[in-house]
Amino acid sequence: MFKFFDPNKIFSITSRAPKYVLILFVVVLTIGLIESLILSPEDYKQGHSARIMYVHVPAAWISLGIFSTITFLSIFGYIFKIRNFFLISKSLAPSGFVFNLIALVTGSIWGKPTWGTWWAWDARITSMLILALFYLLYLLAWRIYQDKDQVYKITSIITILGIINVPIIKYSVDWWNTLHQPASINILSKSSIHSSMLFPLIIMTAAFALFSLLIFLMKYNTELIKIKNKGLDRL
Amino acid sequence: MINQILLMNGYGLYVWSAFIFTLLSFTLLYAVTKIQYSKERKKFIAKFGNLNPKRASFAKSQSTIKEILSNTSNI
Repeated sequence: MFKFFDPNKIFSITSRAPKYVLILFVVVLTIGLIESLILSPEDYKQGHSARIMYVHVPAAWISLGIFSTITFLSIFGYIFKIRNFFLISKSLAPSGFVFNLIALVTGSIWGKPTWGTWWAWDARITSMLILALFYLLYLLAWRIYQDKDQVYKITSIITILGIINVPIIKYSVDWWNTLHQPASINILSKSSIHSSMLFPLIIMTAAFALFSLLIFLMKYNTELIKIKNKGLDRL
Repeated sequence: MINQILLMNGYGLYVWSAFIFTLLSFTLLYAVTKIQYSKERKKFIAKFGNLNPKRASFAKSQSTIKEILSNTSNI
């Protein structure tokens, strides 16, 4: 089954896919921007400032999703010795980190009109900052360590430690009294967000997911070419 | 109408700066990734050009190398 993950076999797909993903991303993002900035209604409490949600929430979701995926791939890659899983994780990390930064910065911008401050050492915000530090450590580890076995081990440890923070981020608003509002969207129960605001949020999430896929594909192709470059050096 | 979209009852500065920051981050990440990709591909093509014909034909028989050398990976 793991032969399916052979980089040589999937390169023909990953090398062709980015241009189609880019086109799809531009289309979905354009629809999302029109929906979120023009067509969606303003919030009855927060007014137009609630529109920041359309970039803040998808960015936070995707950064959490990417970190969880990286952890899963790193653990399985380490147990089953699948090098390609580490390559996929490494290619996913930059977009995860950028989405984490977007969530922090847009959250801070949203905080000013809502709470009257740019920053608060609130449980949700602080735990998101800690996640950004784990992303940074992960990316730095790939730059610092040249030995493959060592870098696989260290990045796996970083992700295992970092994943402990993910449920803390998720439940921080329930466990502690925070400035940050509780979740408005629940998969298992009824969401408290109106469909006129949920629709642009879904579209923007799709656009952000497509962007992370685009960056992943480009990074993954770059990593494969780097490996081939080393192979040519040995010829 | 346009004024309403731009000013958003006084929240325009916050909303627009959040969206502009997001889009700038996207552009920057895309540009950096694209530059890294192009640099590696150029390096690969240069190295491939320096191979002697026998080694080049051996390397070219590998499917991944064929893909890198083709233009399909350009976006």
